[in-house]
Amino acid sequence: MITAGIDFGAKNVKVVILDDEKIVARGSALTGFDLKIAVKDASEMALKAAGLKLDEITHITETGIGQGSVAFAADSVSEVGANAKAGVKLLPSARTIIDVGAEEARAVKCDESGSMEDFVVNERCAAGAGAFVEAMARALEVELGQMGPMSLKATEAVPMNAQCTVFAESEVVSLIHAQTPKANIARAIHDAIAERVISMVRRLGITEDVLLVGGLAYDVGYVDSMKRGLGVEVHVPELPEYVSAYGAALVAQERAKE
Amino acid sequence: MTEMKYQTKPLDIWNEGKALRQQYYENYAKAHEKGGIRWAGGAWAYSAVPAGLGDDVWSLTGEPYGASVAFNKEFAARCQEAIEAKGFARDLCAYLRNYLGSVVLDEYVFGGKFPKPDFMWTTHICCSHAKWYQIASDLEGGVPYFCIDVSTGLIEDFNERRREYVVNQLLDGIDWLEQTTGRDYDDQKLIQAVYNECEATSLWAEICALNRTIPAPLDEKTMYSLYVFGTIIKHRPEIVDFYRKLRDEVQERVDNKIAAVGNEQRRVITDTQPPWGFLEIFRYLETFGVVSVGSLYTFSLIGAWEVKDDGTWGPRTTPQEQGIDITTRKQALEVLADWTHARPEWQHFYSAQKKSDMMLRIVREWKVDGVMLHYNRGCEGLSLNIAENRLAFKDAGIPVLPFEGNMGDEREFDLERTKKAVDSFLELLGVK
Repeated sequence: MITAGIDFGAKNVKVVILDDEKIVARGSALTGFDLKIAVKDASEMALKAAGLKLDEITHITETGIGQGSVAFAADSVSEVGANAKAGVKLLPSARTIIDVGAEEARAVKCDESGSMEDFVVNERCAAGAGAFVEAMARALEVELGQMGPMSLKATEAVPMNAQCTVFAESEVVSLIHAQTPKANIARAIHDAIAERVISMVRRLGITEDVLLVGGLAYDVGYVDSMKRGLGVEVHVPELPEYVSAYGAALVAQERAKE
Repeated sequence: MTEMKYQTKPLDIWNEGKALRQQYYENYAKAHEKGGIRWAGGAWAYSAVPAGLGDDVWSLTGEPYGASVAFNKEFAARCQEAIEAKGFARDLCAYLRNYLGSVVLDEYVFGGKFPKPDFMWTTHICCSHAKWYQIASDLEGGVPYFCIDVSTGLIEDFNERRREYVVNQLLDGIDWLEQTTGRDYDDQKLIQAVYNECEATSLWAEICALNRTIPAPLDEKTMYSLYVFGTIIKHRPEIVDFYRKLRDEVQERVDNKIAAVGNEQRRVITDTQPPWGFLEIFRYLETFGVVSVGSLYTFSLIGAWEVKDDGTWGPRTTPQEQGIDITTRKQALEVLADWTHARPEWQHFYSAQKKSDMMLRIVREWKVDGVMLHYNRGCEGLSLNIAENRLAFKDAGIPVLPFEGNMGDEREFDLERTKKAVDSFLELLGVK
């Protein structure tokens, strides 16, 4: 049975198409201002890759910030619900799944079946999410993709006290003026954002195994900060930004059978 | 919308309540036209005390007024901008900012100019209240102001010495009221007001206790419109009469299984003030058969409770039911102080553990499936300890949803993001 999951992220819309539980295609497009265009682009990319037409998909489930904007979606699931479902499928021993996207961080505690037991989400401040790293990369004048490898070359831990992106940026500028090596500043940025997310996740209690998903999981410097901060192994799946869409597609499989 | 399981209908008494509330705000605004007196103060103030000045003494309590302003989003935004332009910080109590903004704009949310009070009478219950009315007094040209310190701690610690501390202030306050208004004080009116307040607040607890029933006869959004009388004129006979009739109607709904929410399948509670401009969250929950059956706030901001012989919460036995004959001013004030300081919501200010314990009691006795906790940026006092409360529910295995917002400032509430968090909570409750 063919199903699909659509994840409306703050930065990208992601689509995953499944044949039973096997991923057959993915698609992604910048969210932009018009969600409908982004969904169309991401869906067409995935359908083309799968060699399918929209009406060949039995059930579509959506998740993320723009729920309700896709006329062809049958229903929806929360991101934490989708993450729990997909996380356990990707790593059966996963019990804590942390998702850090462009503007939100969230975590879910789940059982072996991928059912949610508890969850936390960050509130209105995006200082603990990917947008923070993007802003800091701009301040450091480095490409976003360089932040991770650069951070791993740090020789010294530099404390960064600001919690707010705006104040943190001025702190970064001060560190630059103090001629602090960029690598050390990059690590300070990753440590700061990891601390924010970890303090949120600790409200759930850390139950291993821990799986880190979402766009920021591509950043090796951030993953390293999370490992050091949590004091446990942090697993990262392939293509971590598609995990919520994958979870939504898995939920679609279950609901199509009901 | 999930399947209807129970019969439902609106409250018969609804319009009477609406008219009573409207009358209250009108009575205050038009008091001078009939030779009456107006006073302003907090909803926690000892409102029965100024009643000794006469039956034509009307009050405007600031928190319900601030909530009414919040409900009118356009006016609320203007109030907040007006008071912030005067240098008041955005992180102050949202009710205070709405109230003071209304004063600065000289606009009454119910129409016309802001009705200036003849005096301020309040208690210093939290970090905002005493300053609130001191500032209001200044803004309104030096309105006479009297504030009672009520920082006496938990009810367990409310010994004779602490009670005397409060009662002596109230006795001084009565002298001040006489001097300020030029009226003679009538102790018989005070005594009757104390009896009324005890009965009204005990009746409200009785009404809330009826909500233990499945299906719940009342939902919390409706309760907000009903508990409010206890925050504005709880000492007046018309409120006692209203709550008696409401109690009888709610009992009838219980007897006939008439539900507030016909598709009830899960029951939740909240903790403190809601984001008043976004009560639609409750209706959203109801589409999934989730009914909020109350909160520590709606039950006990005004409700008077006691532990009954079977160990459960029930309406507090009133002085008149106990056969206490109040004969003097001092005795009336002592009874009132004992009654007031025992209300559960007062304890909330002093102890995280006590708040958790009281809410866990409600969870057990009201058969609650989940709890929503409002990180209310608009009220520091009642948002204290929410992180600890969350842990207490987590330890007890109760699904809990903390959400961030503001009771009176819509700029600090994100409806879409909150709905998303609610969706996750609904999945956790197994209804979505």
